[in-house]
Formats: sequence, C-alpha cells, structure tokens
Amino acid sequence: MVEQTIFPGAEAAELVKAYKQRHLRRIGLVIGAAMVLSCLVVLDVITGPANLSFARTFQVILDPSIASPKEQVIIWKLRLPVALMAVTVGAMLGVAGAEMQTILNNPLADPFTLGLSSAASFGAALAIVLGWSVVPGVGGLFVTANAFALAMITSCLLFLFTRLRGVTPEAMILVGIAMLFTFNALLAFLQYGASELQLAQLIFWQLGSLARASWGKVGVCFAVLAVVLPYFMSRSWALTALRMGEEKAAALGVNVSLLRMSVLAGVSLLSAVAVSFVGAVAFVGLVGPHIARMIVGEDQRGFLPLSALCGALIMSGTSIASKAITPGIVYPIGMITSLIGIPFFILLILGQRKRHWQ
Amino acid sequence: MSGLQAQGLGFSYGPKTVLQDAGFHSLRPGHLTALIGPNAAGKSTLFRLIAGLSRPTSGGITLEGCDLANLTNRARLKRICFMPQFFAANAALSVFDVVMMAHKQLRGWRVSDADMQTVGQALSQAGIGHLAQAYVSDLSGGQSQMVSVAQALIRESDVYLFDEPTSALDLRHQLEVLTRIKQAMRARQAIGIVALHDLNLAARFADHLILLGQGRIVAEGPPETVLRSKAISEIYGVDVEITTGPREDLLVHAYAS
Repeated sequence: MVEQTIFPGAEAAELVKAYKQRHLRRIGLVIGAAMVLSCLVVLDVITGPANLSFARTFQVILDPSIASPKEQVIIWKLRLPVALMAVTVGAMLGVAGAEMQTILNNPLADPFTLGLSSAASFGAALAIVLGWSVVPGVGGLFVTANAFALAMITSCLLFLFTRLRGVTPEAMILVGIAMLFTFNALLAFLQYGASELQLAQLIFWQLGSLARASWGKVGVCFAVLAVVLPYFMSRSWALTALRMGEEKAAALGVNVSLLRMSVLAGVSLLSAVAVSFVGAVAFVGLVGPHIARMIVGEDQRGFLPLSALCGALIMSGTSIASKAITPGIVYPIGMITSLIGIPFFILLILGQRKRHWQ
Repeated sequence: MSGLQAQGLGFSYGPKTVLQDAGFHSLRPGHLTALIGPNAAGKSTLFRLIAGLSRPTSGGITLEGCDLANLTNRARLKRICFMPQFFAANAALSVFDVVMMAHKQLRGWRVSDADMQTVGQALSQAGIGHLAQAYVSDLSGGQSQMVSVAQALIRESDVYLFDEPTSALDLRHQLEVLTRIKQAMRARQAIGIVALHDLNLAARFADHLILLGQGRIVAEGPPETVLRSKAISEIYGVDVEITTGPREDLLVHAYAS
C-alpha cells in the first residue's frame, strides 16, 4: 500500500495515456476496416465479365454522371446493388450475432440460434411448395414476405414464452431450440410432399443468393440498420455492463430483462430481414463477432462497429469469391461463406493462443 | 432520523423463507458494519433487499428518514452501491474499462479527461494499476475481487454494501482491502456494510456487528458484545472462545463442539 501511493499521480497519468492509446487504436481499426470494405465493394463490382478497371469503377461510383451507358448498366444497375446487398446483409448479421452472444451470454449464439432461420425456411417452403402467401398482396415477393413473416412470428412466440417463464438466457435458448426442431420437422413435411422442381427451388433458396438483390431491398436493409444500429449504440454502456454478469449489471442500474427483450427485438428484425432477402447464411453472424472480439475485446464502443464491419467484409469477400471461382457461374453464398471466413478465423485463434502462452 | 434502518424485513424464494422479521437499528454514517452469519443465513438476500434488486414481502428500509421503497430503482442505486458476491466474468473487457463503467454509472459512455484521471487514480490507489490493460477474463480470483472493490469504491454513494469482498484474497490483500474500505467510509461519511465469513477480520475492522442466523437478526452491537454473546456459538454450531491478542485486539477461536 505504502510503496504504491508514493507517486499515485504519475502512475495514474501513465494509465490514462495507455487508455487513450487504446482508444485511438480502436478508432484506427474501425476506420481501417471501413476502408478495406470500400475497396472490397469496388472489387466486387469489377469481378465478372466486362473488364472494368479499379480506378475507373471507383470514379463512376463516386460520380455517376461520368458513366458511359454500358457502365451505367453494369455498375449501377447490375453489380452495385449486389455488392451493397452483401455489405448491408453482412453488417446486419454481424451486429445481430454480436448482440445475440451478448444478451444470451453464450459465445456459440448466432442470429439464428433461436430458430429464426428454420422459421424463415419454412415460410419460404410454404410459398414455394404450397403457393401460400402469409402476407396478402405482396405479389412476386411472396417467398420473401413469407420468410420474413414466419421469422417475426417466431420471435413473437419467443417473447410470449419468456413473459411466462422469465427472461433468462436458459429459457430463451431452450424455447429457441424447441422452435428450431418444430420448424425443421414442418419443413421436412413440406419437402416430403414437394415435386422435384419445387425441391430444387427450395434448396436453392436455402443455400442463399445475392442475385435477388435490388435497390429497393438494399434500401430496406439500410433503413433497418439505420434504426437498429443507433439504438444498440445508445445501449452500448448497458450491454457492456451485462457482460460482467447479470447481478453486477443490475447493481449498476441496468434493467436486465428490459434490455434483453428490446435487444432481442432488434436482433429479430435484423436477422428476419437478412434471411428473407438472401437465405440462411449462418456462419457470418457467428464468426464476424468473434473476429471483432479477438481484435478489440468486448467493449461495445469497438465491438459493435467492428462486428458489423467484419460481417460486411466476410459477405463482401463471399460475393467476390462466388463469382470468381468459376468464371460465368455464380455459386450460392451459403456454400462460400464458411470457406472464406474459416481460414482467417483459424489464423486468429492460433495467433491469440500464442499471445496467451507467452 | 439519520442513518440506515430496517424493520421487519421478510423475503422468500417461492415457498422457502429466507428472511423473516429482520431489522436493524440505525447504522451511522462513517461507520463500518460487518454482517456475519453462517452460509445461507440470508446475508446476500438482505443486501439485495437494501439495494432494491428484490422487493421485501414485508417490512421496510429507511435511509435518513426516507423510505427507500419510494425511490425509483435508478435513484436508489445511485445512493446505494452494491458489490455482489464474487465476480468471475469471462468478458474480454479491460480492467480500466470496467472501472470506468462503474464510474460512469448510467451516464453513458461519453468519457472526459477528468473521468480518465479519476479512474487512473483509483486503479493506482487500489494497487491494481499494473492490471489496467488486462482483460478481466485473464485475472485470477483475487485480482478480480480487487477490481470489484475498486468498481464499488469509485462510485459516490451514501451506502456501500460489500458481499464478501475478501473471500479470494491473500492475508496482505485482505488487510489492505478492508483498510481501504474502512478509510473510504470514514472519509466520505458513508454507511458501509461488509458481509464477512472471517470473524477475526470482522472483529478487527468493524465498528458494529450484525449477526444473522436462519433469516433473523440474532444479535447486533459493538464487536465485543456480539462476539462474546451466547448466540454466536448457537448460530454457528461451534464453541467460540474470545481472547485478547498481542495488540489489544479481539481474537476469535472456534472449536467443533
């Protein structure tokens, strides 16, 4: 005690300096990741037949007025919606996964832990196999609308159960698993009765595809992100506190149940929109947040933006790879995401362990 | 009416009664009270009731004449700082950040230079400056406990509740932490309650003892009186002998009866 209080001011100043450096490093990392992401978007746009150059494409994206008619069609009509869809869906899944892991206090949670993707697949199957539309009057979008409606109904059921049973992670996960198996069974029923053509269509839907992207859908994704992300940021203090344990967060004045419910609502919205637009891409929401955590830790000020960026980076990389592996063929993204993310993920795990051992 | 008072507190988890008719007389500002009692006597529950994290089924608590039940949860947790029992979070959060979090309680994340100075000084004074950049998931049990105490002491409250703040600490750190708590209570004129299992530490540091057994407050008063009372042997189920140590302090010896 005595030797430590001789220069408390000096040590405190050191600590403050180190803290500020950490903060700057965190900002630097987020800016760096955002810059890499914008390069990937441009790369995504030039990948494919048409021989676009990087610099020219970048200029056309920044200033649409200089585009030639051909560039106008290829860049603005065809490729940019897909590239931006990859970015927004990736960010949505990254954010949803990060907060799901936080509120369930479980590193294995992802946006679809609570059965949302099975529900969405079941909704899509209802549309594809039986031709049913859950939401009337949506026209050609009824597969998407069904998937979204079923995912949202599932999360409402989940809310109902947690109201009866208390908002604990255990109850939420168990009810979620029950949902997952229920919808998988229902889906199997529909698959059993489906024709070969319908089955092929259904499997293609489940494998996921960015080809269904449009400016309208990109707009919806941006809008949802623009609502949910600021809300999560505003709760970042409470979410960080929750990571220290429920009791401790409560002692600091966090209303833990309310926080869990409101964040779950946000996560449900994000993942329902993502899954209904591009199919069940599970890996991104699990690994994106883990990569962010290994880089900046779990302070939500860095964790949340970086989870979004990591998710977006993985999806953007996936989009590029799905076109580049065999020229002329666009592979379903569900098949590619794991192949893109896992090598990087394993590298990080290995690097992390080394640091702990030293 | 000054100080912290409780009357007729009752609480049960389902059919299991944890506290009944528990009450204590006014605890005075600047004093440190030790809450002692065997396992499952209701110590943590009593803390949760005072902090407002659970609602009592009967009875009430007043602080300086004001009924705590009339305060909102938020206002209550500003006046009463509760450090829950052992904290072993596996979060990738740095020690500096978690202490900052406690300091910024409910005021969001906008951190000023003054906030950083305060946290830096608190860590330095708590003797955990060298851990500032470490993740709480990498700390040992004792280290996380010291962080917990630092988190509690950085807050400015009228009442501080520490649930076993020294259970994972070595001898030297036990003495240091309790000394720091006691000094802080005196300097801030705050009411401090510490739940302790070690009766010798309770005898050494507390100005006042509360003995809890089977959900009731069995004895209350200066350490000398409570420790020499007959109740203590009965409640703990051991023979207790008190002697005076080499520095005029009370020593508690327990023998299996």
